[in-house]
Amino acid sequence: MSAVAHREAATGGLWSRMSLGQKQVIWAWGFLAVPLVFYAVIRFWPTFQAFYLSVTDWTITRPASYVGLENYKRLFADPLFWEVFRNTFMYLILGTPISLLISFVVAYYLDRVRFMHSFIRALYFLPFLTTAAAMAWVWRWFYQPVPIGVINDILAGLGIPQQPFLRSTSQALPAVLAPAVWAGLGFQIIIFLAGLRAIPVTYYEAARIDGLSEGAILRKITIPLLKPTLVFLVVFSSIGFLRIFDQVYNINSNDPGGPLNSTKPLVLMIYQTAFSSYEMGYAAAQTVVLFMILLVISLVQLRLMRDR
Amino acid sequence: MSAAATSPGLPMSRIKPGRIVAWTFLFIGGVIMVTPLLFMLSTSLKDASQVYDLRVIPQAPTLDNYIEILGDGRFTRWFVNSVIVAVIVTISNVFFDSLVGYTLAKFRFRGRYIVFIAILSTLMIPTEMLVLPWYLMASQFGWLDSYWGIMFPGMMTAFGTFLMKQFFESVPDDFLEAARIDGLNEFTIWWKIAMPLVTPALSALAIFTFLGNWTAFFWPLIVTTSAELYTLPVGLSSFAVEQSIQWEKIMTGASIATLPTLIIFLFLQRYIVRGVMLAGLKG
Repeated sequence: MSAVAHREAATGGLWSRMSLGQKQVIWAWGFLAVPLVFYAVIRFWPTFQAFYLSVTDWTITRPASYVGLENYKRLFADPLFWEVFRNTFMYLILGTPISLLISFVVAYYLDRVRFMHSFIRALYFLPFLTTAAAMAWVWRWFYQPVPIGVINDILAGLGIPQQPFLRSTSQALPAVLAPAVWAGLGFQIIIFLAGLRAIPVTYYEAARIDGLSEGAILRKITIPLLKPTLVFLVVFSSIGFLRIFDQVYNINSNDPGGPLNSTKPLVLMIYQTAFSSYEMGYAAAQTVVLFMILLVISLVQLRLMRDR
Repeated sequence: MSAAATSPGLPMSRIKPGRIVAWTFLFIGGVIMVTPLLFMLSTSLKDASQVYDLRVIPQAPTLDNYIEILGDGRFTRWFVNSVIVAVIVTISNVFFDSLVGYTLAKFRFRGRYIVFIAILSTLMIPTEMLVLPWYLMASQFGWLDSYWGIMFPGMMTAFGTFLMKQFFESVPDDFLEAARIDGLNEFTIWWKIAMPLVTPALSALAIFTFLGNWTAFFWPLIVTTSAELYTLPVGLSSFAVEQSIQWEKIMTGASIATLPTLIIFLFLQRYIVRGVMLAGLKG
């Protein structure tokens, strides 16, 4: 006992003379020490490095040397980039509205359903828990011609002509998008349900007393009050579609992004530039462009949604 | 479907036909949603001769595909890799994200706001932009093709930190003060007093981190080169390419990758749905 007390008096002299506030400060920085090193080394340093690498000619065999804006000039002059740019936005422009519309309609009605509510909710939610890389193979199988593919089999049964799906440059992109929309619906439905439930019942009661129709209640109360939820989901799902990769890579693994680059998104182009062509500097420039696109899209959406 | 009308506890007169129609459509939609999963499972239980028979319930169900695939050892290895990676990263996030979130929510010190903004700002940087510097870092330090190489980028996240900070802010200061007067040190106060008060948030964070790492494909694909270190999604992808048109084998592999999270969901549905709501609303 006395030995412990003695040691505390010796080493703890400084510590025991500190005020509670000073001790708090030391504890706080002690707690933050390891995380701050992590964020500095694994997040901030690589961020600056990515910008730096984008102005170098770094390849797997050649150390990085400064080339100015050469990579960006090359990228903006590359017809493949503009094709990829178009594809990436097609994923966004088709994916976000379609998935939000479906998930809102499902959540709106599911919110009123009591009978087997959690069972039906589970049916919609399960695909969210799947691995995109695995599901791409399931969907790839679905899209095969008869007698293998389920969808063409059903079409044949209904007397509708066979569809090429992944083999056609016009159908492949929606066919790749479908599993991404499918897997994301469950999450969006749950978030919409949470948003719907947060609207006070008294608002609805007041509206009914005023004699508003269901449609008017939806337009004047439900949708305006859901705006924060909607803003979150629009931004969240847009970022997801702009970064699509797993599905595209797996659904056509013999020619990822094919046929004829018609499904290739920016992240796949980055992957191929960096790890098939080993042009790391050029790939870094593409990642910076991706960053800019994500930033602009998020800011524009936040702005638009706030003004309305 | 007519069951809606006969459901106990609801007087018949209050059930409008519109409700039944809505319920029926919701139910059919739900069944369509799980159809891909049903087909995946059913095909994994068929042998090669039945694959073209597209019945959902296999005529002669067999576990041969599972026995063959698991017996070959690679899937077991990938499964173990995925479990190790997802579990360690989840533990790390639950520990560090809540420690940082707690510090930023409950301590008053100069620089707190700057630290918070700095961590929050990393949310704007997409992973894809950091992947090349990480790859460079991993190759310089010899982390390529190692568990640590797969795990290090995700050991802490700004999303988790922000989520936990939000929740710790609602913990009353009086609780912590009382513990301080009792002479507990700050670490014990956080671990023993504050942490148990935010368990819903901790489970939400754990679920999201585990799921995200279990399904992760992009970074593990880049950082692993030898088949022994593949995670399940990357392993499955290489396996499926090699099987080319043996769909029953591919579907078995896909089932092995997907079933664990689906089974966990069946047991923890309540927590998972609540966790998603919490994370979505506060995050």
